Amino acid sequence: MKTKEEILKSFPKNPDYIIEILHALQDNNPYNYLTPEDIKLCAEYLDLPVSYVEGVASFYSMFSLKPRGRYVIRLCDSPPCHLVGSESLLEYLEKKLKIKVGETTPDRLFTLELTSCLGVCAVAPAMMINDEVYGNLTFEKIDKILEEKRGNL
Amino acid sequence: MPERAHILLCAGAACISAGEESFKSALERELKEAGIYDEVKIIETGCFGTCDLGPVMAIYPEGTFYVKLKPQDAKEIVNEHLLKGRIVERLLVKEPEQKQALPTINDLPFFKNQVRIALRNVGFIDPLNIEEYIARDGYSALAKVLTQMSPEDVISEVKKSGLRGRGGAGFPTGLKWELGRKASGTEKYVVCNADEGDPGAFMDRSIMEGDPHSVIEGMLIGGYAIGAKKGFVYIRAEYPLAIKRLTSALEQARNYGLLGDNILGTDFSFDIEIRIGAGAFVCGEETALIASIEGKRGMPRPRPPFPVNSGLWGKPTVINNVETWANIPPIIINGADWFASYGTEKSKGTKVFALAGKINMTGLIEVPMGITLREVVYNIGGGIPNGKKFKAVQIGGPAGGCIPAEYLDTPIDYESITALGAIMGSGGLIVMDEDNCMVDVAKFFLSFTQDESCGKCVPCRVGTKRMLEILDKITKGEGTEEDLVELEQLAYTVRNTSLCGLGKGAPNPVLTTLKYFRDEYLAHIRDKKCPAKVCTALIHYEVIREECRKCSICFRNCPVGAIYKDEDGTYVIDQSKCTKCGICFQVCPFKAIKKE
Amino acid sequence: MKKLTLEDLKKIKEKTQAELEMRSPEGKDKIVVHMGTCGIAAGARETLLAILDEIEKRGLKNVVVTQAGCIGLCEYEPLISVQKVGGPKVLYKYVTPEKARKIIAQHVVNGQVVSEDVLSTE
Repeated sequence: MKTKEEILKSFPKNPDYIIEILHALQDNNPYNYLTPEDIKLCAEYLDLPVSYVEGVASFYSMFSLKPRGRYVIRLCDSPPCHLVGSESLLEYLEKKLKIKVGETTPDRLFTLELTSCLGVCAVAPAMMINDEVYGNLTFEKIDKILEEKRGNL
Repeated sequence: MPERAHILLCAGAACISAGEESFKSALERELKEAGIYDEVKIIETGCFGTCDLGPVMAIYPEGTFYVKLKPQDAKEIVNEHLLKGRIVERLLVKEPEQKQALPTINDLPFFKNQVRIALRNVGFIDPLNIEEYIARDGYSALAKVLTQMSPEDVISEVKKSGLRGRGGAGFPTGLKWELGRKASGTEKYVVCNADEGDPGAFMDRSIMEGDPHSVIEGMLIGGYAIGAKKGFVYIRAEYPLAIKRLTSALEQARNYGLLGDNILGTDFSFDIEIRIGAGAFVCGEETALIASIEGKRGMPRPRPPFPVNSGLWGKPTVINNVETWANIPPIIINGADWFASYGTEKSKGTKVFALAGKINMTGLIEVPMGITLREVVYNIGGGIPNGKKFKAVQIGGPAGGCIPAEYLDTPIDYESITALGAIMGSGGLIVMDEDNCMVDVAKFFLSFTQDESCGKCVPCRVGTKRMLEILDKITKGEGTEEDLVELEQLAYTVRNTSLCGLGKGAPNPVLTTLKYFRDEYLAHIRDKKCPAKVCTALIHYEVIREECRKCSICFRNCPVGAIYKDEDGTYVIDQSKCTKCGICFQVCPFKAIKKE
Repeated sequence: MKKLTLEDLKKIKEKTQAELEMRSPEGKDKIVVHMGTCGIAAGARETLLAILDEIEKRGLKNVVVTQAGCIGLCEYEPLISVQKVGGPKVLYKYVTPEKARKIIAQHVVNGQVVSEDVLSTE
């Protein structure tokens, strides 16, 4: 893992890199979120007010200001997925993980979120876990994927 | 030793998510086992477009097209096809009606009826190999522009081609470039809008994954034409694979000196940077996109000034979307007249559409403008599955509209689609059949835009919310006819007064469904019925006493214990407990449960 | 890597174009090697490799080589068929690697059917 200073230094000291920097800081955190310290360091590095950086971080849905799980599950909730049953998958995931959308499992392994279209509509319903996209989802397939992720630890 | 076969394996996001990688390793293993690994070449390409058949591959020179591949199929393909030259019939595409297997990629009506310009290389070359792009005339448009054409020549060629912005609004590309060239200032920018957020649209992703160099070359030519030295690609974070492929293509282009200083030995210098979004749909709007590249909250601002005069950091900026950029190199090589020979009078060339929803062949197609919706849905898309009836097609994403069956023969071009109340948009086509409730569809699209509203202007932030509340009421059977009047008024207000395209387009699904499917709204309001049997509050399940064989399957599967046995052993649903989940309806082996 | 010149661009194009030829089989001469179990047992693989090698040596661009299964004439294996654009399909019998090279030189390149090895002509 890189130190926060190393991450910051890999970007030019230019305010328009703020989103890239926030992505990098968030990806570096095992719990996939931006800590108050991250926000402060980023503000100092770019010479911006902390409120400005927090404003940007809170605007974009992919940034989180509270801890998330190691794996962020983003279930696609756009119309093509909706038409083929993403709603029942959401219920299934909620039941299986025993959490609601936006929450994290107590073991801090999974966070459940919804996302806008992942652009793989032909294999709908789909979801993304961190950077990986899974299509043609069924209850059984979800079971298998979650098991795999658990086994990865 | 030359290879005796090229295996083109689709490595688009859809095929990857359907298991392309594990198939590939199985294939490699089998090839090694059979001792012919060095005789064939595996090329991972971009999206073929037949995404619902994935993972897919084509084996050349024959062009045999295999679909729905599983790792366990690899052995048979190697032993039968590659060793013995026998086609593996069971892995071919079957025509939905004839059940006849189609051996080669060119036999498929899906491919036969397409004209691929923007997608010319997608699914045919290795996107990670710049030399394959060069072999297919890649970067020769750039060479031609830099050595034989003045920036004005380039602009007039693009103007003459009639190319219009493929991102949605259809602004003439050549004119935009001309305004950019004439805008005062020495520092100018070109931007590629790759924030493809419309649900159901994935052509830009596919181009970036399958042919990233065509976007780079298009931007280089645009940069030369308007006098920019720098370009940005703004790409959404939901597309990690496209980001990866584009990043590596940029690196290659830089290594080959096709980006950087003094390109191809001329005094033209240009470079491109990628900027990644972070999950905000509104950033596809150009002023919001600019704010986001500048590192701000991605909120739109009123226009004018237009970005072409005051864009990134207040400098003149030409913004085009991915598909538009990918069309530029062929226009330069083959000429404006060639491009303009496709399409209609006002909409030239081709358009890429993403077919999704209730259609046999979902995926990506490129067709000449002016083709009818019927040809797309039936000839290319193979019609509606399970013998159901076509009801409507939502065109243009959440800002578009629903077009009903009576307009199936409308030619697809910017003007005709707009006249029906929809928009061309980025080209998402979501097909709906008789089982879809149009009120529910309108509600769903509106809830999407409502959710993605950035909150800056009142009509969009509050207006869409009020509209959504009314729709919610109607789907619950609590709506009145006055609600319909108010809904319509609100829709017009939001459309006319919102700040940016997101708000202006948000009411379109509601307005078009009100226009074409008013009777469905009225059925929800007057009869408290959902004709398509979708809105849960308006349907109920009942056991048909005469059909019930007392097998108890419904009883055992009901998750809420709403089914009980009456005196003679027949099962009955307690309506006060029923949550209308539909499980009993699905599990009953005797079709003894009715849904009304 | 040094910067590309217009000349380099052309060279890369020509070189890679040849490699991509395989993916557009229309309008080309076709050689089909029959590779059923019988053909393979009779040495069809060696024949195939010789054909590919000869094509590369001669720099032939307008030829595609494919494989097909057994056509029931197992006693004549290895069998290959050659069809020039616009010409008839000629089936050759007992095609050893040496014969294959001769067929390419005489039939594919010069258009003269190697009559002593012909089994049938369609």
